[in-house]
Parts: sequence; structure tokens; C-alpha cells
Amino acid sequence: MITVLLAIFIPFIAAGLVPFIHKFLTGSRIGWFVITIPLFLFALLIRLVPSLSEGASYLYTLPWIPSADVYFSTHLDGLSMIFALLITGIGSLVVLYSIYYLSEREAIGRFYTYLLLFMGAMLGVVLSDNLIVLYVFWELTSISSFLLIAFWYHRKQSRYGAKKSMLITVTGGIFMLVGFLMLYTITGTFNLQELVAMREVIAADSLFIPAMLLVLVGAFTKSAQFPFHIWLPDAMEAPTPVSAYLHSATMVKAGIYLVARFTPVFAGDTTWFFVVSCVGLLTMLWGSVNAVKQTDLKALLAFSTVSQLGMIMSLLGIGSLAFASSESTHIALFTAATFAALFHMINHSTFKGSLFMVVGILDHELGTRNIQRLGGLATIMPITFTIALIGSFSMAGLPPFNGFLSKELFFEATLSLKEANLLSMDSLVLLFPIVAWVGSIFTFIYCMIIVFQTFFGKVHAPVPGQRPAHEAPIQMLISPMVLGSLVVLIFIFPNLLGTYILGPAMNAVYPQFVGMPGLVPEIKVWHGWGMPIYMTIGVVITGVLLYCFLRYWKGIYSFGFLQWTLDRSYNALLQRVERVASVVTKTYMTGSVRDYVAYIMLFFIALVGIGLLGFQQFIFDFSNDAVIEINESIIIFVMMCSSVAILFAKSRITAIILNGVLGYSIAILFVVFRAPDLALTQIIVETVTTVLFLLCFYYLPEWRNEHKSISMRVRNGLIAVASGVVVTVIALLVQGHSLYPSISVYYETASRLAGGLNVVNTILGDFRAFDTMLEVLVLFIAGLGVYSLVKLRRKKGVDHPEEK
Amino acid sequence: MKKNDVILQTVTKIVFFIILTFGVELFLSGHNNPGGGFIGGLVLSSAFVLLYLVYDIETVHRGTPFDFKRVAALGVLLAVGTGMFSLVFGEPFLSQKTWLVDLPVFGETELGTMTIFEAGVALTVLGVVVTIILGISEDVE
Repeated sequence: MITVLLAIFIPFIAAGLVPFIHKFLTGSRIGWFVITIPLFLFALLIRLVPSLSEGASYLYTLPWIPSADVYFSTHLDGLSMIFALLITGIGSLVVLYSIYYLSEREAIGRFYTYLLLFMGAMLGVVLSDNLIVLYVFWELTSISSFLLIAFWYHRKQSRYGAKKSMLITVTGGIFMLVGFLMLYTITGTFNLQELVAMREVIAADSLFIPAMLLVLVGAFTKSAQFPFHIWLPDAMEAPTPVSAYLHSATMVKAGIYLVARFTPVFAGDTTWFFVVSCVGLLTMLWGSVNAVKQTDLKALLAFSTVSQLGMIMSLLGIGSLAFASSESTHIALFTAATFAALFHMINHSTFKGSLFMVVGILDHELGTRNIQRLGGLATIMPITFTIALIGSFSMAGLPPFNGFLSKELFFEATLSLKEANLLSMDSLVLLFPIVAWVGSIFTFIYCMIIVFQTFFGKVHAPVPGQRPAHEAPIQMLISPMVLGSLVVLIFIFPNLLGTYILGPAMNAVYPQFVGMPGLVPEIKVWHGWGMPIYMTIGVVITGVLLYCFLRYWKGIYSFGFLQWTLDRSYNALLQRVERVASVVTKTYMTGSVRDYVAYIMLFFIALVGIGLLGFQQFIFDFSNDAVIEINESIIIFVMMCSSVAILFAKSRITAIILNGVLGYSIAILFVVFRAPDLALTQIIVETVTTVLFLLCFYYLPEWRNEHKSISMRVRNGLIAVASGVVVTVIALLVQGHSLYPSISVYYETASRLAGGLNVVNTILGDFRAFDTMLEVLVLFIAGLGVYSLVKLRRKKGVDHPEEK
Repeated sequence: MKKNDVILQTVTKIVFFIILTFGVELFLSGHNNPGGGFIGGLVLSSAFVLLYLVYDIETVHRGTPFDFKRVAALGVLLAVGTGMFSLVFGEPFLSQKTWLVDLPVFGETELGTMTIFEAGVALTVLGVVVTIILGISEDVE
């Protein structure tokens, strides 16, 4: 299905086009071009929803690097569909919002390029079926989000936040890659669908648990789970549309996606259940408790996102128990948890997206996000207030909003654990609903803070630099209004979502229960009197009481373990790494080229020389050697003379010319041995490097006879002699060994295979084109490096922007 | 110091084009004879280096109004792009293909995607070498 492939590549192509189109569509008008892309993709995808709900899925495979088992395969099933719809749907709204949010003076072209890059990477993550391809896109989301967070790079905090998020998520991604490679050694495939089919083989392997934990580290870092959540609050330095997009709807959900995607592979083992659900619940509790103490609205929302992600994560953990159960009633109980997780994820995207946009509006119109400086805005900004009310009440889990439905399902799922008696740890299982309940109370409190402290109470007089309060322009309100109405609509028609969107996703998570009755439970708005509703009533009563007396007990945040933040350990760790690195670097970076050459030579001698000694295979066989002709010996003699003469050269120019003699002699030697390609290359390289040498000439200090200590001379002499010996021994040894059949046979058919008669070039351009391509890239990067080192050197007395 | 290099400048005007032609010839013949993208690119860049040595930088800039960093970037794009291009046709990454085409003047000619790939290599080499040499020499001024 080529549509899926298009969905991944269109954003990338568009991202490449933005800088060019921006020349014609100046200012914010470029946004109208950008918005067509997510809208188009959304339409493209939504067209496929009916066929997916009938059980279809679209697999499309392109060979990418078949020799390494890497296929560019895309797979669109129910689970990918949810995420793809969120990415494109919320993406469209975010772009619409940003058209009015960003001022014309910002680097808008750059902003949209990054945003489209991110969108494409995110679609790549959820749509690719090959683990390596998934990993590539996974890290691409980290990089593009780094660029987005650091959009206002002149701010120190932005750079700090961007660096932090990238360090944590990329490191997690590398752990995940190792996990993927372990899975590959177990199964021999990178394809997700094949992995799911081979889950018994994987479960029986000794690498099962390490692979599982490594994959989970990747998912937890991306989804900001405890203790990796520390990057998310700092990422709030990004422009608000970015926060709404990356940190509520998409990037942080990549971890959720990964856990859901790997549930059929790893679930069934209780380790998976314990790790996922305990980390999830802990994150939920920690995030909600910390959210209450925030004074910046955006930071509050950041912690609330952490908490909500934890809740979704714990639901996925509980849902994995279905694989371990045998009774059908239990299976239905636990699959309902996964259903709740996916349902809440959609709900979370709607209400959190709208809340972020509301905070953006407040920031944009009033110039502050500080709760202590906001108040009484309900009558001044009625539409914004309504949206904020809907979003917060939904997040608090109150009817008639969609958050209520998913939160009831959450309570039910935690309660269902005690029914399971799969585990002999009843007391631990009892903790689950309690922790969930306490977390929900704090969630309720911070939701009330958002509504009441911002929109009620007395109006604060605008301080200097703050504009008087007024309602935002209607265009800016469209996106949050759409999301807000979705919050209500989902509450009214939850089962529509259940059948068409969540049902196919459940089939993807539980491939062996496809078609089981009750796999897609019917969501009831009123589910009768029972433990969940009592818990909700308890949450509301306790929450209201605690909120009213907030100022009396808020003091507890100032002492004890709540003061201890992981941020501090992160900063300390980073500082220590930097210090050690600078100490180490200072000891070996002496600035003397001579020392560097000595390092390289010593390393070479150690690696090759000791390796040779280890093998003890010194067989010298000269019987097959060709006779050395007289002209060859003359050339060699010239080479020897010139290289020895360099040592005694009195001026730099003599040394360069002697070096040139050496180089051209090698070229002649190539000609004698009938290697015209090498000879040509050697001659031209020699010419160009001689010119380069002459240019550098200008900078080099006077050539002077240094009087160096005897020990230094002996050391250098030893290194020189040793490397010479190693090279000579290798050259002579090569004659006596033939471990492998000659590879030249393979290239005898080269002209037929590659259509070229020049073997050297067909190897470079065809058989080993991957090497050549990467070499070209390296050359390019090295060239840019040299250029920027030479050109952009820090001028004396000029402030460097990094230090501002 | 006032330089007087009329002869060098006059000779260069002709030699420059000879070297360029030689570079292109090397690049094109690379498929069946010695040559190829790397050498072709180096020869092309040596032509430019000669030009920069003989004339001053401003004069050459007026004659060649393009940024060599962009030339290098274009080269990398071409090299990576041909690799990606084969994906579109369902072939593995970096697959190359040749066709025999009957051209009006040249007769039966081989056209292949490898030539585009090699062109990428050549342009990168040209761009990088000239950028580095210019970067160092501009700094001297």
C-alpha cells in the first residue's frame, strides 16, 4: 500500500520545500501551505478507517539494505492508525494555531521545517514495521524535537532544555537499539509482525529479560516516565504550539506506542507487568504531586502530562496480564485495561492539547503564565475560560467530559487486579487502587488550580510589561475550540470511537484474541453504582477539601524528600562528566602535531604488532614472487633517498619538495605495475596537497633546529623504527599466506553485472557504493569542519553568543 | 609587492579550459577506462585552484558566481539521492542501472545511474577541496 509510504515521505519532502516556498509566501502565509500537508494526510488516513475496522491491515515492503535484513516496510494497522490520526489531526490544529501564535518577526520558515521534519519522523515511528527503520525514525524525533525546543536558541534555558531532552531520549533510544539487536539474535528478523509470531521462541530465550528491559528503557525515556521525566518540564521552553504538539499529542506518546506494540511480544511474563505498571503508577503519583506545587502554568501542565502518561503506562501493564490468564472472564477484565489505556490516550490528546493552547493564549495576550499574577479572567476572556474549564474538568475526570469515562475504566482496571489471583502478592495488588486514588486526588487539585486560580478571584493590576487582559482573536481560538468540542463529543458518542478506532487497535495488541467477544467493551456513560463511582466521589470530596485548604498544607512541599529533585543529580552528573572529560582532554591534546602522530603510530604498533605476535604465524614464502626489475629498484632507491633526505632537510620548502618527490615516485611505481587509476589519483592528490602545503606555509613558524633531549630522540626513533618494522613484516608475511580464495574472481563478471569495464570504478560506484556514499558524506562534513574552524574562529574581544 | 605575471595569466586563460575538459573527460571515461568521479573532481578543483593562484579571489568570484560549499552540498545530495531514488522503484538502496541509448552525435552510448552517483562524488570533491583551499587562503589576506 503505497499510501502509507507517501504518508511518511510527504512531510519530509515538504520540509525540504519550505525554505524555497518561504521566499514567495512570506510571513505567516507559509503556514497555509504547511497546513495542507497534515490535513491531506489526515484525509488520506481517515479514508482507510472503515476497511481497518473490518480487519484489514496494510503491509508494504521495500528492500532497503536487504543484505543486512533491513527492509523499508510499513505497516498500517489499528494501533498505528490511532497514532497516525493523532499526529496528523492534532498536527493540523497546531499548525493552524501557530499561524496566529507566532509573530511575523520569528524565523517562521525554520519553525515549519522543523515541525514537518518532526511530523514525518513521528509518522515513520508508528508506521514502520522494521525495527531498524523504527529506530532511525525514533532518533529522528529526538533530533527534530531538540531543534524545536531550542527554537529560541538565544535563551539559555531553551538550549538547556533542548540539550537535556535530547541527551535523555537519545540515550534511551540507544538502549532500545541494543534491545532490538538482542531480539534479532534470538529470532533472526527485524520485522515486527514476524517477531509477534515468534513470541514463544523469544520467551524461551535467555536474552528475553535483558531485551525486554532495554526496550522498556527506550519507551520510558521517550514517554517521560519516572525517573526519566525530568526532561519534560524543561522542554517547556519551546514555543507553546510545540509544547501542545510534542508534549501532549505525539512525541511523548511514542513510548506508549512502543509498549503497546511490544505487548504481544513480551507480555505474558510477569516481569513486564510489574515493571510497566509499577513505573507507570509511580510516575502518575510523582507527576501529580509535583504538579500541584508549580506556579508556572506550563510547568504545571508538563507535570500533569508526566502523570497522565504514567497512568496510561500502568494501564498497559495491567492489560498485559491477559496473556497470562486462562479464564475467559479474566482475559476480558484485563484486555479492558488496554482498551482504557488507548481510550485515555486519545482523550488526553484532546484535553491536554486544548489546555496547552489555552495557556499559550494567556501567555500571548497577557505576557505571563504565572498563576500568582493571573486571576479573575472568567468574565474578560469567556471563550478561553470555557475551553479551559472543559479541558481541566475532563482531566480531573468529571462528567460530562471524556476524561470521566476513561478514568472510571482506569479505576475499574486497578480494582480488577485483585480478581486475578494470578500472583501470590495480594498486598501489593491492593496498593494499586490506593495509589491510583491518591494520584487522582492530586490530579483533581491541580485541575482546580488551573480553573479557579486563573479565572476566578480578583483581577491583578497589570504590572509593567504586561498588557491589560482581553479576549484572544477568534482565529487563535479555533484550534482549542475544536479540541474542546471533541472532549464533549467523545463523551456523548464514545462507542463510535470504540468500534472504528479502538477496536482495530485492540486486534493489533492482542493478535490471538481477535474476534473474542468483549475485546472491544461497550463504554457506558452511567455504569451503575460500584466501587469506581464511589472512588470518584471520594476523589471529588477529598479534592475539594484539600483544594480549599491548599494554603495551609502547601508548606509540606518545602521539606523532606519532596525537596530532593532528580534534576540536581542530573546536573551534578553532567558537570562531573564535563570536568573529567576536560581533564582527560587536556592531558593528551598538547597542540603538537608531533605528539598526535606519535599516538597514531603507537596505537598502530600496539594493535597490529601485538596482534601479529599473538598469532605466531611467521611464515615467509618468497617462491611465488615476481623478479624485481632494474627500473623498479631505481624508483625504490629514489623513494628511499628522498624519505631519508626529509629528515635532514634544512628548510621547510625543501621538505615539501622532497615529500612531493616521494609521492610522484609512488605514482610512477603504480604506472609500472599497471594501475593507471591509482597512478592518476596519486598524481592529482599529490599536486593538490602540495598546493595546500604551500598555503599552510604562511602560518607555520620558522623552521628551526630544535635541541631536544636524548630521551626524546630515542623515544621518537624507537616509534619510527617499530612502525617501520611492523609494516615491513606485514608486507613480507602477506606473500606467505593465502587464507581466503582470491576475491578478484568475483569481479571478472563485473562488466556484465555493473555494465562498466573499469573494475575499480564499478567497485566504487556499484559494488561498494555504500562505502563511497558515506566517504563522500565524511569528506563533506570534514570540509565544512575545516572551513568553519578556519573562518569562524573566535575574534578576540568579541562576545560569543553561547555565553550570553 | 607588485607582481607582474602577464604570461602566467595569459597561459592560464587557455590552460584552465584544457584542464576542465580533461577533468570532464576523465570523469566520463571512468566507466570503462581509468578515471571516475573522484579523480575528475580533483582535476576540476585543481583547475579552479590554478585560477585562484593566478588571479585574486575577487576576480575569480566575479567569474564564478557560485558558492563552492553549495556545490559540495549538491554533490552529497546527488550521491545520497541516487541511492534513495532506487527505493522508489522497489529496488534495494543504491542499486544502479545502465541503459544503452542511441544518441544522435555520439552513437550508441551507455547511460547509467552510476554516472549520476559519480557526478555527486565529483561535485563533492570539487566543492570541498576548493572550499578548504579558499578558506585557508582567504584568511591570509
